[in-house]
Amino acid sequence: MSSFSISNVKISGIAACVPKQKESNHDYDWITENERNLLIKTTGIEERRIAEKGVVTSDLCYTASEKLISELDWDKSDIGILIFISQSRDYFLPATSIILQDKLGLKQSTMAFDISLGCSGYVYGLSVISSLMQTTQTKKALLMVGDVSSTSLNKRDKSTYPLFGDAGTVTALELNSNKIEMSFDLHSDGSGYEAIIIPDGGMRNPIKNDSYTDIEIDKGVWRCPRNLSLNGLDVFTFSITKIHPHIIKLLDNSSKSVDGIDYFVFHQANKLILNTIRKKLKIEEEKVPLSLQKYGNTSSASIPLTIVTELNKEASSKKLSLLLCGFGVGLSWGSVILELDNICCPKIIEV
Amino acid sequence: MSLDVFVKQVEEEIEDLEPGTLTADKDYREIEQWSSMYALILIAMIDTEYDVTISGEDLKNCITLRDLYTTVLRKK
Repeated sequence: MSSFSISNVKISGIAACVPKQKESNHDYDWITENERNLLIKTTGIEERRIAEKGVVTSDLCYTASEKLISELDWDKSDIGILIFISQSRDYFLPATSIILQDKLGLKQSTMAFDISLGCSGYVYGLSVISSLMQTTQTKKALLMVGDVSSTSLNKRDKSTYPLFGDAGTVTALELNSNKIEMSFDLHSDGSGYEAIIIPDGGMRNPIKNDSYTDIEIDKGVWRCPRNLSLNGLDVFTFSITKIHPHIIKLLDNSSKSVDGIDYFVFHQANKLILNTIRKKLKIEEEKVPLSLQKYGNTSSASIPLTIVTELNKEASSKKLSLLLCGFGVGLSWGSVILELDNICCPKIIEV
Repeated sequence: MSLDVFVKQVEEEIEDLEPGTLTADKDYREIEQWSSMYALILIAMIDTEYDVTISGEDLKNCITLRDLYTTVLRKK
């Protein structure tokens, strides 16, 4: 069953951490000035944050977590679940979440595990962690979500390089006796698995001699099989076909309307996709916050990052009704309707 | 709906294009301003204006705007 509600779990805080180092698409000289201007205008992405060599996703999530735990004044011994969602984990094994349990000084009775998802990861993660909290009656839990995508990109690939940025986030959740609800709708379509893929380096295609050899795929598109490959047209068609009926279904199931939602926080794929979906759903522009101009597509981190950068004042001072929607790599997509009520939402952290 | 209107709509989407540069039977990818980004922009325009979703495969199979317009009508 892909549609369900979970009650008695609330989000208490969200924090995000990005690398200090900025890279501007205005300086992306692999393409001509005209192409560059069209790229920036169409995608909306002006600059991105790039992690220094050696800085990985879990470092960004760790810094965000220490800050949030301290701002919330949480006792670390109360935290019973840690889930890390990323496609850029520290090692093949062990799971990164377990390393983070120790690094953060969480107790050994903490349940820690990883989930491998991208653009849809935040919404999936919220569903998994809140279901577990409810079942196990765990009072406090951390959901860490993010990716360092930059290390998988090829500068000579104009179809990926100028789109992605690095970010790590953490969301703190608590069991709550109030009857608040999160309503989910989750989907998968593995027939589109090749639309966004890093082909080599896993078990199916282990590293071979030419895994790091660049090949010209198209004009202005050079990459090797260890780089991220993105079929922009397929992803675009998927996004403008599947997402709006899915959101309408979730709104209907929850007896809500577009007017009843304060903000629709979408995965920050690109501006053209988001505008097309927004127009189909007849949502006002002001209700769709964007962080992509400054941070690009930050994979699974994009939804919590957008809340932190665009909505942190409102989220920390009043009650907001939000619809969060993640879609992309998999293909996988999911949305949740939830409330944020005076959450702890520190300003973005830069390292 | 007409082919002329469709050609004009496509022209409006392309930056710095003199009106009349595009015609129904020209290979629209041959114009100097063409960039692969316009494939996405055309799919979005057709989706918004005609409520029809063109796939990457459809675009590949269309050489001229007449072909593309015929595809839009067929899928409508």
